[in-house]
Amino acid sequence: MASVCFYFQVHQPFRLRRYSVFDSDARYFDDNANREILQKVGHKCYLPANGMLLDQIERHQGRYRVAFSLTGVVLDQFERYMPEVLDSFKRLAATGCVEFLSETYHHSLSFLYSEREFIAQVELHRRRIKDLFGQTPTVFRNTELIYNNDLARRVSAMGFKAILCEGADRLLGYRSPTYLYHPPGLSGLKLLLKNYRLSDDIAFRFGDRGWKEWPLTADKFAKWINQIHGNGYVVNLFMDYETFGEHQWSETGIFDFMHHLPEQVLAHADNDFQTPSQCAERYGTDGEYDVPYMISWADTERDLSAWLGNAMQSNALHELYRLEESVKGADDPELLEDWRRLQTSDHFYYMCTKYFADGDVHKYFNPYDSPYDSYINFMNVLDNLRTRTRVTTDEESVAPA
Amino acid sequence: MLGWEFPPFISGGLGTACYGLTRGLDRLGVSVLFVLPQSVEGTEATHVNILSPSVSTDADLPENVFQPTRAAVSDSGETPPDFQRVEFHAVEAALRPYESAPLPTDAPLSAGAADPSETVLSVSMDSEPTAGGPVDSDGAAQPREQGPDAGPVDVSTAAGPGRHYGGDLFSEVERYARSAYGIARRSEFDVIHAHDWMTFPAGMAVANLSGKPLVVHVHSTEFDRSGLHVNQRVYDIERAGMHAAARVICVSYLTRNMVVGRYGVDPRRVEVVYNAIDDNGPARRNLPAISKDEKIVLFLGRITMQKGPEYFLAAAKRVLGIMDNVRFIMAGSGDMIRRTIELAAEMGIGHKVLFTGFLRGDDVRRVFRMADLYVMPSVSEPFGITPLEALSNDVPVLISKQSGVAEVLTHALKVDFWDIDEMANKIVAVLRHPPLHATLRDHGGIEVQSFSWNDAAAACVKVYKLALG
Repeated sequence: MASVCFYFQVHQPFRLRRYSVFDSDARYFDDNANREILQKVGHKCYLPANGMLLDQIERHQGRYRVAFSLTGVVLDQFERYMPEVLDSFKRLAATGCVEFLSETYHHSLSFLYSEREFIAQVELHRRRIKDLFGQTPTVFRNTELIYNNDLARRVSAMGFKAILCEGADRLLGYRSPTYLYHPPGLSGLKLLLKNYRLSDDIAFRFGDRGWKEWPLTADKFAKWINQIHGNGYVVNLFMDYETFGEHQWSETGIFDFMHHLPEQVLAHADNDFQTPSQCAERYGTDGEYDVPYMISWADTERDLSAWLGNAMQSNALHELYRLEESVKGADDPELLEDWRRLQTSDHFYYMCTKYFADGDVHKYFNPYDSPYDSYINFMNVLDNLRTRTRVTTDEESVAPA
Repeated sequence: MLGWEFPPFISGGLGTACYGLTRGLDRLGVSVLFVLPQSVEGTEATHVNILSPSVSTDADLPENVFQPTRAAVSDSGETPPDFQRVEFHAVEAALRPYESAPLPTDAPLSAGAADPSETVLSVSMDSEPTAGGPVDSDGAAQPREQGPDAGPVDVSTAAGPGRHYGGDLFSEVERYARSAYGIARRSEFDVIHAHDWMTFPAGMAVANLSGKPLVVHVHSTEFDRSGLHVNQRVYDIERAGMHAAARVICVSYLTRNMVVGRYGVDPRRVEVVYNAIDDNGPARRNLPAISKDEKIVLFLGRITMQKGPEYFLAAAKRVLGIMDNVRFIMAGSGDMIRRTIELAAEMGIGHKVLFTGFLRGDDVRRVFRMADLYVMPSVSEPFGITPLEALSNDVPVLISKQSGVAEVLTHALKVDFWDIDEMANKIVAVLRHPPLHATLRDHGGIEVQSFSWNDAAAACVKVYKLALG
């Protein structure tokens, strides 16, 4: 048996505008850039990819299924800049073959800094998904698949039955991500591990003409999936949705590939497509996946170093979360929302110096020339936000006379 | 190799570059015959006896810096081990370093003086050390007698009416060319490598004489030094040298674009070799931090139009509007020093800006140790070695995007020289946020170690091979 489990991540941050130390207004976000980027990606990726999935789901009459995780901040931007994308997701939801996963509303690193804020954001997101798509998520994925044993315990206590995380070689050892696992001491919680080899064949290598498997056809990929028969149950293909049409341009043939994949996979009687909650329901676990330290799906390190690899990132995050009390105490919804949008992990990713000298992957829609510019801009915004918490608090302390 | 300066007699990056390149070539087994003008003017002549390693504004010179003393020229046995294959020839010339020596206030020379006029006569490609060979002790002594024979050397025909430069410099350039020609007649070499316009006439003359390929090395152009008020005579010499050369080496793509765009040189003959920093430099020493109540922002370089001192002051004024405990140090001298001091006073920030004058040696290191940030707001900077020196002294840098070094240095803050608000924004950020300071310093300190003169010299050797066909 081989169940192919697709999960696509859909996310766009609210990027900051250039905010100098001489600025003093509370307009932090670059509305024009955010609209332009969203509409560009919308036309290249979200709309055509959704259309293709809808076709395939209808054509295979319930046998083709996928899962999405849409961040709250991308949903907000669809609503504001491109409602037709939101509509097409609603049509996908209506097929009954699409599952929506849970995550933090603001695609944040809040689990690392504030449990209270983490829980609040997951709850916000849960309500938003329910409102839009009529589903209540039962499977959780944390920002960038950041995960450890503590997160499993916390998320389990919140009532989720499964979590998606990275299938890291150093933790799996000889074991395979084609089985389900459970965290130490939590046998009831299912862990679905990303099959990074097969996932990255699509997400990263598909259009690479230097790759020895190029060109990758649906037929060939289906054969690789068939190879797991007898050695596991699931092939967890987790990737950014922007893979389709954006990371891999339409010219690479990625849409054709995805168009033909369902029939090629289903051509083998032992294969099917399942969503994460279906996998969790159907399959038992095959041992412990013990993750005492933080892992993620980022870069080759698969750790936190993309967001917390240098002193600037650490400083920015600490300063941001230090404001939690005063922001929440101010009882100002706009201030709270601005503070939460600053939590989006992309802001810290832009500050990463890891591959900066090589001019590498961190460039995707990165509005900054350098990680230093990114930090300076963020800290200027944060300074201004801090002054707003003071003003509000001061007014409050005077007001209730 | 034809050069105009060599440590310790330098006024800017050119001398530092010639030092680094020559030593790198020496280590690669390339023999270098270096022709250098030697000042014949009173006090200048004594500089050869100075033992202090550093005279340059931007110099952080190694302790074992070569001393081009007369003794060394006449007795190669005294050359330090690093220069086994380098033979120095001093020729008489009225050497006028741009800023190290105070210029008469009316001398427009300073603009042209942007580049040290080092002349490296020739480079021989064989690995045989020539240091032990006979030295032309009269090479410098008899330049005028060589003159009549030096037919091909005719600077005056190449030069138009000089308005900005005194006739002095042009006659020195010509005299230098004649001397170099004389030395070349008695020497063996394979390639002629000439640094900046002062040595181009010599390079062309020697190339005509010997039939050997000429490589000209452009450390700065007349447009960098003089902005739009270009001296036609200098431009003509530069252009003639570049067109006569088999290959042109530029210190950055910025300069390459200039050479191709403004001098009409075929881009296929123009190569880029970035400058570097000495790998034996007095890098990180764990000196105790100087305790101080104020943050210090440093400008270090010639105070001339090219270096953008007024943009530094304008940014300083903006910074002081936000934070008070900052002092701005301007280290260096130049033709705009008086105007810059007055400007600071007019802007009402005179008490916050400190002018140190020209610094050398340990004083340079000391001022780096005090600084929280080094700013290079250059309007036009073909390369810019000083930011590398700042980084190797643990000082983070903010550099103009209009600089060659900005092409290759990634762990630096960059800004358009005219964007004073953004310059101020970044200065404030470094002073306010220690993690930014630390990240720039640490990553920059590692990155700067990859700028090696040995690599630059190896790149030059590749260019020589191209020039030789």
